[in-house]
Amino acid sequence: MEHGSSIEINTEWDIVAARQLGRNEAKETGFGTVDQARITTAISELARNIYLYAGKGVIKIEPVRAGQRAGLIITASDEGPGITDLQKVMEDGFTTSGGLGAGMPGVKRLMDDFRVETEVGIGTTITATKWLH
Amino acid sequence: MNEVMKQSISDNIDTITKRWVEQMKDNSSERFLDLMPASVVETTSREFTTLMTSNLSHREKVDKERLDEFTEKIIHFGWSIKFINRAIDTFSAVVYELFFETGVLTNSNLRQGMDIFSSWINPLRESIIEEYATKWEQTDSLQKIALQELSASLIPVFEKISVMPLVGTIDTERAKLIMENLLEGVVKQRAEVVLLDITGVPVVDTMVAHHIIQAADAVRLVGAKCMLVGIRPEIAQTIVTLGINLTDFSTTSTLRRGMQEALQMTGRTIVEEE
Repeated sequence: MEHGSSIEINTEWDIVAARQLGRNEAKETGFGTVDQARITTAISELARNIYLYAGKGVIKIEPVRAGQRAGLIITASDEGPGITDLQKVMEDGFTTSGGLGAGMPGVKRLMDDFRVETEVGIGTTITATKWLH
Repeated sequence: MNEVMKQSISDNIDTITKRWVEQMKDNSSERFLDLMPASVVETTSREFTTLMTSNLSHREKVDKERLDEFTEKIIHFGWSIKFINRAIDTFSAVVYELFFETGVLTNSNLRQGMDIFSSWINPLRESIIEEYATKWEQTDSLQKIALQELSASLIPVFEKISVMPLVGTIDTERAKLIMENLLEGVVKQRAEVVLLDITGVPVVDTMVAHHIIQAADAVRLVGAKCMLVGIRPEIAQTIVTLGINLTDFSTTSTLRRGMQEALQMTGRTIVEEE
């Protein structure tokens, strides 16, 4: 059953495609409507960050199973500028694009596990997992 | 030489059609021909091969009118462009083979034959691809226009109260349109309360929320009040988890409750008739 799928993010409409895919995968994994909305929104934030800051990148969505638990892993990776001050980015209200600054900390709260690997000038990979409870 | 070729094809049209169908069935990944009843395959194939031949005229030049007619008919078959491409390839191969078998093409006139051949087949292919691309572009731009028309209209429901129902994904372009229509409409309709209905918006992320907040702020600046209605339970939870602050303007779960509040705000209520 482990079939992942990925979508390249190049335009604003790819964000829509990515979250549509996420919604379908979430539904298939067995998530309820609230969690579906959380996962879809998280994908939307991550994909938009790729589009806004890196220009292009990839969103990967794959089901996982760890013992009794099933879940969904979302991986957002890009070869963009990287994040200079990760601590600041994770603060509510910090933004460099004139937005709300709720994206990154929001995704962390929307999902169960959240990990950022970033290097300035090389790129960023964000892994976020939601478990089925 | 064109004449000889044409004659040879029309003499052997049955063989060509038969071989073409066989080869198409053999290497077709699309099960197009398998799905059609035999009689339809028969007539369609014959029509296709005849059409292909029709453009091989006496003159060297391509007959534009005939080409257009051909393209239109081929597209009418409803085949995919990949299938059409393969159909033309297969047809060329079959005819080429046949020309050798019947002696129309020999080693001595091969070169001249090839020239005629390619000036016959290539325009057909190009014309089809071009026509297909144009059709897609047309559909695409028509849909864009349709989407834009559906995008964001402000509807005056009662005096002083207007509603903007938002349906579908909100991207940057649409967000701009929403803002413009909202402000223009508020002023024009002399609205005092505007209900922004997001029942049909599938995802409310920080960008959408940001645009809504900005729109509401702008509405306030032109002297009206903006209300966010149609917040589904799962959207409410996501907004809270994201940490988006919407306390600055009133929100309700449904358009109906929002309307009641809006009426109250403008000093009116709906009463049932005695």
